[in-house]
Amino acid sequence: MKYDIVILRRDRNSEKSYFESFEYTSQTPSDTVATALNYLNSTGIPDRKIEWECSCLQKKCGACAMVICGKPMLACDAVLSGLKGKSITIEPLKKFPIVCDLVVDRSILYDNLKKLKLWLKEDALQGDSYADLVFEASGCLQCGCCLEICPNFYSGGNFFGMSAVPITMRLLSESDKKDYKEIARLYSRHIFEGCGKSLSCKNVCPKGIDTQELLVNANALAVWKRKKK
Amino acid sequence: MNDKVVNIVGAGLSGLSAAITLSKLGVSSRLISSMPSERAQSVLAEGGINAALDTMGENDSMAEHFADTMKGGCFLESESAVRNLTESAPDIVRELYLLGTPFNNDNGRILLRNFGGQKKKRTAFSKSSTGKMIMTALIDEVRKYEAKGIVTRYLHHELVGINVSNGQLDSITVLDTHTQQTYLFYGNTILCTGGLNGFFEGATTGTTQNTGNAAALAYKAGVIFADLEFIQYHPTTVGISGKRMLISEAARGEGGRLFTLKDGKPWYFMEEKYPELGNLMPRDVVSREMYFVMHDDKCSGEVFLDMTSIEDKVWNGKLSDLRREIISYLKKDPKTEPIAVSPGIHFFMGGISVSDAHETNISGLYAAGEAACKYHGANRLGGNSLLGAIYGGKVAAKTASETAAEAAVIETEERKLSVSSPAVRAQLRDILLEGLGIVRDNEGIIKMCRRLEALKMSDDLSSIDRDRIELGITMGKSALARKESRGAHYRIDFPQSSDDYKKLTIVSESNGNCCVDFIAAEERM
Repeated sequence: MKYDIVILRRDRNSEKSYFESFEYTSQTPSDTVATALNYLNSTGIPDRKIEWECSCLQKKCGACAMVICGKPMLACDAVLSGLKGKSITIEPLKKFPIVCDLVVDRSILYDNLKKLKLWLKEDALQGDSYADLVFEASGCLQCGCCLEICPNFYSGGNFFGMSAVPITMRLLSESDKKDYKEIARLYSRHIFEGCGKSLSCKNVCPKGIDTQELLVNANALAVWKRKKK
Repeated sequence: MNDKVVNIVGAGLSGLSAAITLSKLGVSSRLISSMPSERAQSVLAEGGINAALDTMGENDSMAEHFADTMKGGCFLESESAVRNLTESAPDIVRELYLLGTPFNNDNGRILLRNFGGQKKKRTAFSKSSTGKMIMTALIDEVRKYEAKGIVTRYLHHELVGINVSNGQLDSITVLDTHTQQTYLFYGNTILCTGGLNGFFEGATTGTTQNTGNAAALAYKAGVIFADLEFIQYHPTTVGISGKRMLISEAARGEGGRLFTLKDGKPWYFMEEKYPELGNLMPRDVVSREMYFVMHDDKCSGEVFLDMTSIEDKVWNGKLSDLRREIISYLKKDPKTEPIAVSPGIHFFMGGISVSDAHETNISGLYAAGEAACKYHGANRLGGNSLLGAIYGGKVAAKTASETAAEAAVIETEERKLSVSSPAVRAQLRDILLEGLGIVRDNEGIIKMCRRLEALKMSDDLSSIDRDRIELGITMGKSALARKESRGAHYRIDFPQSSDDYKKLTIVSESNGNCCVDFIAAEERM
């Protein structure tokens, strides 16, 4: 099957983006956008290598998050035959500064986690009640797809977005109440107050994390001061 | 906190472990990585981490963990190192639990599962995502030290040079891949750069970030390597786009069975040939047996992993993530139908030769995790890699801290960077695969070495590609020199083990030539 891969590119140290198209013929029905990008770079077809981030190739690391046919997703999870049409548009995530081509600087994600003081103060208290939720939360890739689709998040803003919620939930559930007061306070200020509850992040997580469930539980502990289950 | 600082290259499990250890010792660290820790290969580890916690009523002991690790590794590694590793394991797993790793547990009693090469349940796990769960807990812990300024992360920074003078590390050259600015980082340095997956690009279960370039640079800088011929083929992998996907050993630990079709009927060859451990023999044995049955004219040529007898409660509580992944990539439900599997490259027992204290032969340079050759001998037991990475990171950090000093980072002139060519990488991979398969022989390895020598003479090779090819040649020469079969190194022309080779294969570079030597593990450093 032939595809037209249309990539929004940008040279390093430039502020001007441009579209460039490449023809790609899939080898198997399971070829993904990652397969196509790797192939194009291996052939030397592009005058300049297409810069993109890639690591695990199996939805476990979040490196290859980008906007594919208008939707934030992982390139290794975007099976070409499952996308609409034969013209596949690929763009970098827009909520982060572009470094080059599809590579963006997601440093803000990690800076925000530090601002939220997301670490344990004392030994973790693990129990059955939140075990499944903690497991799910700990699977977060920090890929940024949920931030890309969020109408409230912008880089540098006061609202830190969904990507901080899984870690917050893990730490709230594993901390004694006296130890999570500050996390709860910062969560209220930087997550709860800024979240418009649109839940646009609900169906975009490549790991399939139930963002609504995490939000409900994190809000209950941090904002509504509910007792732990 | 004083002004002492240590550089850590690589932010996977061993790198994080080193950073936490240094922080507790009051020593600052610079955590240098091309990508954030969430993208490290460590997150792919699935089945678990070994420790003789003895929570399952089987009267397990650290002595048995030690004995199984030595036996699984075919008695190649130093007893002192393996003893230290296995005796530290229970405390390490308890520490991870207290950091919030959601190990499967029963009211705080950490549950253990069966794993290959071990008769007793000894593998702590988080379903089939143990690496990811541990990494998340350690990333959060390191963040605490980042906020205090004890750990400084250098994200999107890549090692591009190791500068050695008179057997002493001078500095490392690091490239900011975003700005293209290069820097010299002075000070003691721990390489936590992973194994040699990138030498077999697309043919391993690892990540594309694990290029092997750091190892090639280290080799050219005079760092001594060991046991490069020992490459672990994991028995149960499947091909997906661009790589091999692992089907965790946990599948067999929880009841999965391997079979082939012989005369049209299922033949559970591992259970028949090895009644004691059956499907849970060490990985080298299972992969070799799979190779033999796949090449047996009486068999169908395929091997299947049958997980259909695993109970629902096990799927739901211990393997739900594995099942989801198999369905997602293979469009088959392992609960209802067997999955065709074949061995794939998964781990490198060989690497940078380090002492029990994780020193390399270069003063000021240390190595840990899969980058280092330590603990696993000729064949690593499943569940010992996460353990080895965490323990190795701790030991390397402690050793590096003892001579750590104030050390600068300075900008250096932007230089022409050496870039690896996809075409050369593909050729290197194809040639290595021909000679370093599960079953090897003299003729095949010699042919491989000749082809690599020819590749090295190609016009217009970049320096990094030349360095990579040279390290590839040392892998071949190591395999050629070991005229016996041991662990993952099976020579059809020398099918038996020989006590003459109960030694490490040590390789070093001298004036462009590879020198191979054998020394007993205890004599190392």
